[in-house]
Amino acid sequence: MGNGEVLLRVENLKKYFPLRAGVFKKVVGWIRAVDGVSFEVFSGETLGIVGESGCGKSTLGMTILRLLEPTEGRIFFAGQDITRLPPAKLRPIRKDMQMIFQDPFSSLNPRMTIQAILEEGLRVHRVVPRDAMQKEVEMLLERVGLSRDYVRRFPHEFSGGQRQRISIARAIALRPRLVIADEALSSLDVSVRAQVLNLLQELKREYSLTYLFISHDLAVVRQISHRILVMYLGKVVELAPKEAFFARPLHPYSVALISAVPIPDPGVRKVRIILSGDVPSPLHPPSGCRFHTRCPRAQEICAMTEPPLLEVEPGHFVACHFPGSLTLEGTSG
Amino acid sequence: MREETRKALRRLFSNASGVLGVVLLGLFVIVALFAPLLAPPKPGRDPYFMPVVTWSADPLPPSREHPFGVAGKRDIFYGVVWGTRTAFRIGILVTLASTAIGLFVGSLAGYFGRILDEILMRVTDVFMAIPFLVAAMVLTTVLGTGLDKVMIALIVFSWMYPARLIRGNILQVKEEQFILAAKSLGVSDTLIILRHVLPNAIFPVLIQASMRMGSLVITAAALSFLGLGAPQGYADWGALLNYARNWMLGGYGATFKYWYMIAFPGGAMVLFVLAWNLLGDALRDAFDPRLRW
Amino acid sequence: MKEPVLLEVRNLKVYFRNDEGLELRAVDGVSFTVPPGKTVALVGESGCGKSVTALAILRLVEANGRIAGGEVLFEGKNLLALSEREMQRVRGKEIAIIFQEPSAALNPVYTVGEQIVEAILLHQSVSREKARALAEEMLHLVGIPEPRKRLNEYPHELSGGMKQRAMIAMALSCRPKLLIADEPTTSLDVTIQAQILELLRELQRQIGMAILLITHDLGIVADMADEVVVMYAGKVVERGTKYDIFKRCRHPYTLGLLRSVPRLDVDENALASIPGFVPDPLHFPEGCRFRGRCFLEDETCATEPPEVALGDGHVVYCHHAALSEVCHGER
Repeated sequence: MGNGEVLLRVENLKKYFPLRAGVFKKVVGWIRAVDGVSFEVFSGETLGIVGESGCGKSTLGMTILRLLEPTEGRIFFAGQDITRLPPAKLRPIRKDMQMIFQDPFSSLNPRMTIQAILEEGLRVHRVVPRDAMQKEVEMLLERVGLSRDYVRRFPHEFSGGQRQRISIARAIALRPRLVIADEALSSLDVSVRAQVLNLLQELKREYSLTYLFISHDLAVVRQISHRILVMYLGKVVELAPKEAFFARPLHPYSVALISAVPIPDPGVRKVRIILSGDVPSPLHPPSGCRFHTRCPRAQEICAMTEPPLLEVEPGHFVACHFPGSLTLEGTSG
Repeated sequence: MREETRKALRRLFSNASGVLGVVLLGLFVIVALFAPLLAPPKPGRDPYFMPVVTWSADPLPPSREHPFGVAGKRDIFYGVVWGTRTAFRIGILVTLASTAIGLFVGSLAGYFGRILDEILMRVTDVFMAIPFLVAAMVLTTVLGTGLDKVMIALIVFSWMYPARLIRGNILQVKEEQFILAAKSLGVSDTLIILRHVLPNAIFPVLIQASMRMGSLVITAAALSFLGLGAPQGYADWGALLNYARNWMLGGYGATFKYWYMIAFPGGAMVLFVLAWNLLGDALRDAFDPRLRW
Repeated sequence: MKEPVLLEVRNLKVYFRNDEGLELRAVDGVSFTVPPGKTVALVGESGCGKSVTALAILRLVEANGRIAGGEVLFEGKNLLALSEREMQRVRGKEIAIIFQEPSAALNPVYTVGEQIVEAILLHQSVSREKARALAEEMLHLVGIPEPRKRLNEYPHELSGGMKQRAMIAMALSCRPKLLIADEPTTSLDVTIQAQILELLRELQRQIGMAILLITHDLGIVADMADEVVVMYAGKVVERGTKYDIFKRCRHPYTLGLLRSVPRLDVDENALASIPGFVPDPLHFPEGCRFRGRCFLEDETCATEPPEVALGDGHVVYCHHAALSEVCHGER
């Protein structure tokens, strides 16, 4: 677990995308993908970010890496404010923050050899002398469980799981401090997913990495994370240590999310809490608490005022007017 | 050679129309290379001008001496052979120049997007809105006739096609995650364009260029036919057809009397265009990763 | 006592031919049965042939593939022997199918109502007005709010979950006896997935159709299925009741699969995983296709594994079915 040092701090981060229409591409609205998110990531921990599609979790990851420009708010990495850092000053910091992408078929350039793919970052940052490059690349491949003979091959010669290993090798090549994994296991088959999940755990120990693990899959997040952050429509609704989160989730949305995941064991009986309706559009998010349109415990106040994210137990934050009112047992508390 | 390229070449040569295209093109290349042997020019004279072989303005049918006949006092065979060089020169120069301009404009617009994209694409639209042949005619009238002027006109009014295509492809490639991955590694924009974007976006442009190569020659011929292109007597297929203008309808009861004036230069042109189109089609089938693997 | 059978697939083989003219045995001798009114899950990883099997039942195999052998008996008649015309009467009316991508399965240029009405008119001799009323009733049945308004909307106006509901409404509009659901919730979010699964369960209670559920998600299997067929590399490796598979499985692949799924209700330090990766159809090993990844492998595995019946319909295809029992127990 973390050693208490804050590696990444995000303060009131917002990322809005303009919605344009008409001949002159006038801005007719803003899609509020990330809407005022604050949290800290401690050095050495894994923070799991969960939520459904459209909740802004991927946008959040890309904005932290400055692959998207933040609309508002601040990002501190290792104590330095990187929110408005110009590209030239950002480049050396990129070395310390890497990303593993979801789609292993789109994340590797089909016209580059594995060697070229793995070398690219090393060349840009000149971390390995030219004559040691070959050895380094081979070492990386072997470290992620692939044969060193693969260096001359092209991405399309590999299966999804192997490609994801190559992506991982590229991400760790620069010995980053923070790795953001955006749905890194989602496209993989069950048996391969377990292998790659184990690999990520090993690499974390070996290179003392810090992970921001973004996923819609709660079961995977549970296996890898120390703390869990739940997002809904661009907002943080709950942030808690893993044990507390799964034992006693406080936000009704977290409860519904956990109860919606089918358990691969016919012996386990559990209460299903089925939310009605769809996730509203981030273009016109509901007033007050954004979850109130689907919340089984919504009261009048929920549509009026937005609940702040409060620390209700040590380390357990929740943004709800009635935390704990919906439980996994399905009874009102 | 790369495995991928080798596979694609194998596919290219297992495709009958691709092989036909390559063979036809090979024949044209041979004719162009060996033009001085096939149709020896008179010593001391510019070989690109067809020598005058008769004093009569009437066309003469094919004979031993003039295997394709005579048109406008000039030997058609000589014109077809040396015209091959002209065709290649027009095709290659115009295609190279217009593709280069198109690539430059299109990649700037596609990669950087926003306002730059908006401006460049509107300019492209303006150029595309002008009917090509009319515009080329106006331009050659302004610049004056001559083969070089024709080529300039062709370049000015054909760079938009590769520009549009490359822009569209770049917009598509830009969405790929490997671009984001390169950015997060700290790779510079120039390197991203050169190493990641262009190699993945350029292939359709090259295929289109091969197809355009043929059609450009037709357009150049059309301008020559209208008397705007090559100067009097220049070895050019379009110029040869120009001589046929007054004769091509034949006479009363002799509709096909002067067939040779059209058939040989026209045939050469059709085969030339066909060769490039077949090759372009076959290249697309062989290389397009969206169709295969 | 012999159990009633709605669908019986016997030794089904579907082969494909790739660009280079090589034959891919995507489905190679698959057999299982679906009892009326029950849910049978066909599970496996990508490329195991589960979706191809589903399409082959309806004879909807793509042009570069062919059904190379076997029988598909639906209520006793062999669907593979029917004429194309007779087959069209079976599709939609007797057996309906829903797909993973509802947006790809709905035609974007017609309203939802028009498409459902079309499906009804195809198989039922009712007036257009009656069909429209039926369509509205179906939308209501699948839990789409304001069904009358939705009838006049185009697919792009509906969310992913709503589209899947509309697909289900269309599929069930002729009250089929069998619904084939090919990864019906894979493209949906978990809370929406829970809604759709609940809906399928509810509709099964009301209409009484059997469901052939194709999925890679063992959680959904445990949730929904009565019986389970596990496929690997174009073959069935094990089949039995849900409890046979989850509690008493005998095939090393089934066991590996169960152990490699991360669970929401249990913490594990490291997941057990199956070594290696799924072979591609061009390089399926000879004999047992799980060779090379199996912890029980020995020289006998080079030959085709025998069918071992363990009673009550629990069948496993493995040379070491007797041995694999010892590896069991609680994890």
